[in-house]
Amino acid sequence: MNVLEIRDLSVDYLSGGGAVHAVADVSLDLRRGEILGLAGESGSGKSTLANAVARLLRPPAAITSGSVVYRRQDGSSEDVLALGRKELRAFRWKELAVVFQSAMNALNPVSTVGAQIDDVLRIHRPGMSRNDRAERAAELLQRVGISADRRRAYPHELSGGMRQRAAIAIALALNPEVIIMDEPTTALDVVVQRDILHEIRALREEYGFAVVFITHDLSLLMEISDRIAIMYAGRVVETGGARAIHTSPRHPYTLGLLRSFPRLHGPREQLLGIPGTPPDLRSLPPGCAFHPRCGKAMAECSSELPALDGDVACLLNGGRGLEDAS
Amino acid sequence: MKIKIGIGILVFFALMALAGPLLIGADPAATSEDGLQGPSAAHWLGTTQTGQDILTQIVYGSRVSLGVGVLSAVIATVFAVAVGLVGGYFGGAVDEVLSVLTNIFLVLPALPLIIVLAGYLPQRGVASVAVVIAVTGWAWGARVLRAQTLSVRRRDFVQAARASGEGAFRVIFFEILPVLLPVIATSFLATVVAAILAEAGLSFLGLADLSTVSWGSMLYFAQNGQALLIGAWWWFIPPGLCIALIGTGLALVNFGIDEIANPRLRTVKVKAKATPEAASKVTAKAKART
Amino acid sequence: MRFLARRLGFYLLTAWAAVTLNFLIPRLMPGDPVELLVARLKGNVDPAAIDAMRRAFGISDAGLWQQYVDYLGNLAHGELGRSITFFPTEVSTVIADSLPWTVGLVGVATLISYLVGTALGVLMAWKRGTWLDGVLPAATFMHAVPYFWVALALVFVFGVTLQWFPVSRAYGLDVMPGFTGEFAGSVLYHAALPAVTIVVASMADRILGMRNVMVTTLGEDYVVMAEAKGLTSRRVMWAYAARNAILPNITSFALSLGFVVGGSVLTEIVFSYPGIGSMLLKGVENEDFPLMQGIFLVISLAVLVANFLADLAYVVLDPRTRQESE
Repeated sequence: MNVLEIRDLSVDYLSGGGAVHAVADVSLDLRRGEILGLAGESGSGKSTLANAVARLLRPPAAITSGSVVYRRQDGSSEDVLALGRKELRAFRWKELAVVFQSAMNALNPVSTVGAQIDDVLRIHRPGMSRNDRAERAAELLQRVGISADRRRAYPHELSGGMRQRAAIAIALALNPEVIIMDEPTTALDVVVQRDILHEIRALREEYGFAVVFITHDLSLLMEISDRIAIMYAGRVVETGGARAIHTSPRHPYTLGLLRSFPRLHGPREQLLGIPGTPPDLRSLPPGCAFHPRCGKAMAECSSELPALDGDVACLLNGGRGLEDAS
Repeated sequence: MKIKIGIGILVFFALMALAGPLLIGADPAATSEDGLQGPSAAHWLGTTQTGQDILTQIVYGSRVSLGVGVLSAVIATVFAVAVGLVGGYFGGAVDEVLSVLTNIFLVLPALPLIIVLAGYLPQRGVASVAVVIAVTGWAWGARVLRAQTLSVRRRDFVQAARASGEGAFRVIFFEILPVLLPVIATSFLATVVAAILAEAGLSFLGLADLSTVSWGSMLYFAQNGQALLIGAWWWFIPPGLCIALIGTGLALVNFGIDEIANPRLRTVKVKAKATPEAASKVTAKAKART
Repeated sequence: MRFLARRLGFYLLTAWAAVTLNFLIPRLMPGDPVELLVARLKGNVDPAAIDAMRRAFGISDAGLWQQYVDYLGNLAHGELGRSITFFPTEVSTVIADSLPWTVGLVGVATLISYLVGTALGVLMAWKRGTWLDGVLPAATFMHAVPYFWVALALVFVFGVTLQWFPVSRAYGLDVMPGFTGEFAGSVLYHAALPAVTIVVASMADRILGMRNVMVTTLGEDYVVMAEAKGLTSRRVMWAYAARNAILPNITSFALSLGFVVGGSVLTEIVFSYPGIGSMLLKGVENEDFPLMQGIFLVISLAVLVANFLADLAYVVLDPRTRQESE
C-alpha cells in the first residue's frame, strides 16, 4: 500500500556554531498512486525533507537519523538511505523522479529538451536504440502538450509553462513510482498554473505514480492533493485527508494558514492570519515551536513538545488539537 | 585565515621597503672583491658578479618595485574610478564611449604597448615608468566598477539622493563611491600585482632606469651576467620569489574579500564521507528553496 | 549572428585604435621623433635610414591629417617601414620571418595551458574538501610569478644543471630546416622549455577562474537535477556543470590573452627564441622604433584575431547567442 515510508527522519545543517535542525523526527507515508501535499512557510523544512528523501542533500546539510524505505509493487523493499553509489544511480529517476521549482534553472541551458530526456534513457535503458529513444522523447513531450518537433528546442526558446511541462516530461521518462514536485507551479501565472495542475492529475490517473507536491500555497493543495501534511519548524504538525484538513483543521497553525490565504492564488505568501514571523531555526522556542504565535497556547505548550499523535501534534484537548471548528 | 596570511606577507614587504634600508644602511650598488659568492654568514643571500650584496639589493629593490607598483596602481585606480563611475552613472552615449574605450584598452596587449611607450620616454625615472604602466592598467578596474555602479545606481538610497536634487557628482562621490570601496580595494590590489609584474618585465628588458636597483633590474643583470650558466641561483631566485610572494599576498587578501562577498567559494571541510556529489554543493540551500 | 557582427565591429574599432595609437605615440612625445632618434643614436645612422624612418612614421611637411591619411595608406599596403637594426630590410619582412615561430610556440602552449588548466579547475571544484584543495595555494602563488622568472628557473634546472633540454634557439645548429622528421624533432625539443614556461605561468589563472565559476555552477538546479536523474558523476560534472561553467571562462580567457602574449615575449627573450618577442628586444636595444611599433601592431592584431576565435567558440558552445533577434 505504501510506496515510501519515512521514519523519524532528521536533517541537520552543520555550521560553525553547531547544528541547525532543519528537519526533526519526521515520519510520513506516501501511498501508492496518491498525491501527498506538503505545505509550510519558508524554512519549515519541506524542501529539505524532499531533498533528503531523494538523497540530494549537500553539505553542510546531513541526515542525522531515521530511515526512508521504498516498497516495490512486488513486495520487495529498499532502504533508500543505505543505497550505495551504484544502487543509488539505478534507483534515481527509475523509481523516484524530481520536478524542480523553476524549470528555467532546472533545465540545462546549453542542451536541447530532447537531449535531456535522451541522456536519462541512455543511462537507464542501455538496450534502447537511438531511434527508440528519439521516439520516446517525442512521445513524452506530446503527452505533456508539447509538439514533438520542439524536442530540438533549447530551454530558452520555450515559454515558462512549456519549460515546466518539459521538466514533467523528463520526470516521466522512466515511469517512476514516485515524483517529488518542489513548488512546480510557483513561478507561473495563475492560468498556466491551473493547466499544469490538471495535467499532473491526468498524468497521475494514466500512469499511477505517487506525487509529493510541495508548496506554501495551501489552497492550491486543497485542489490537487489526496492527503496533506503541514510542516512547521522542521516538524510535521498535522496530517490528514485534504477534505478533512480543509473542513476541520486540528492544529492552530493549519487553521491560521487556511485563514490567511486569499482565495485567489497570489504569488507571494502572506500569513495575515498568524501573528509574528517564522521561527529562527538556530534558536527554536522550547516546547511546541509554534506556541509564541499561537492564540490558544497554554502554559505547558512552552515546555512540552507535542508528539504527532494520530493526525496532529498539539497539546490542546489532551493531544487531539482543536475541536471541530464547525 | 587566507586574508591573515596575505596581510602578513604584505606587512612583511611593506616593513622591508620602509625600514629595511635604514636597518641595513649599506649601499646596494657598492661592489666588492667577493664576486659570485653563494650564501654565507657575511652575505646571507650571496653576491653578484661584481660582489654586490644580494640581500641589500633585495631590500633596496623592494622600494622601487613596490613604489612603482603602488604609484601606478593609484594612478590607474583613480582613472578607473572616474571612467567606471561616470560611465555607469550617466549611461547613454557617455557610457557607450567610455565602455568602448575601456574595452579597447582591455583587449590591447599591455606589455608590448608599455614597451613601445617606454621606448619613447626621454627619461625613464620611477615616476614616468609608473605613468606608462598606469596607462595600460586601468581598464579592468573601470569595467568592474562600471558594472557595479550600474547596480548601485538603482538602489533606493541613490534614487532618493537623486530625487532630492543632489548634483550628479555629489551623488557619485558621496553616495555611490563609499559603497564601492571594497570593489575599488580589490581592483586596486589586483592592479598593484599587474604593475609590479610590468615593472619587473620592463626592467628585465633594460627599459627602466637601470641605475636604480629594483627586483626587475636585478634579474636583468643576472641574465646578462650569465648567472644561469655559472650556476649562481642565489642571484636570480630571490627577486622573482619576492615578486611572486607579494603577488600571492595581494591575491590572498583579494580572495578573502571575494569570499566574504561570495560565500560559496569557501573551501569547506566535509565531515561526512566525501562523495563527489556531496562535496560539490555547499550552500545550495543559500537559495532557500524551503 | 548579430552577436558576432557586433564583436567583429568592436575588433575593427580596436584595430583602428591600435593603428592610430601607433601613429600618435611618436607625435605625442616632445620634439620631432626622427630628430630625437638621430640625436639619441649620436648620428650613427645611414641617411637613407633617416629618410625611411620619416616615411614609416609618415612624417612630412604636410598637415597632420594628410600625414595620417598617408600613414593609413602605407599600412593598407602592408608597409611598416624599414628596420634600423636590419637596414634596409623591411619591418614587414622581419616580422614575417619571426611571427611563425611565435604563433606556433605561444599558440600551442596557450592551448595546452587552457585545456589542462580548465580540466584541473573543474576537478578541483568537483572534489572540494579533498587533497586537491592543496593545489589552491600553489596556483595562487603561480598566478603572480613573472613568466621570465619561470623561464630562468627552468633554464637553470633542466638546461644548465641537468642538461636535459637545450636553452636557446628554435632548432639545432646541425639540422637543416625543411620538412624532415629530424627538423621537426629538433624544433619540438627546442620548444619544450619555452612552452612549459608559458604553460606553467599561464595555467594558474585558468585553474582559479574555472574553479570559481564551477563552484557557483555546481549550486545550480540543473546540476542537482542531473544528479537526481541518476547520471554518472562524470556526465554530471562535464556535460552539465563544466559545460556551463566554461562559458564565462571563455570570455576571461580571451581577455587574458594580451597578458599571456606579454609574458611570452619575455619568455622568448630568455630562450633567445627567434620569434617576435626576441625581435622586439632587438628593436628596443637598437632604438629601432619602426620595428618596435610594427611588432606592437602585429601583436595587437594577433590578439584581436584570437579574441574573435574565442567569440566563435562561445557562439558554438552557447545556444543562447545563436538566437536570432525577433
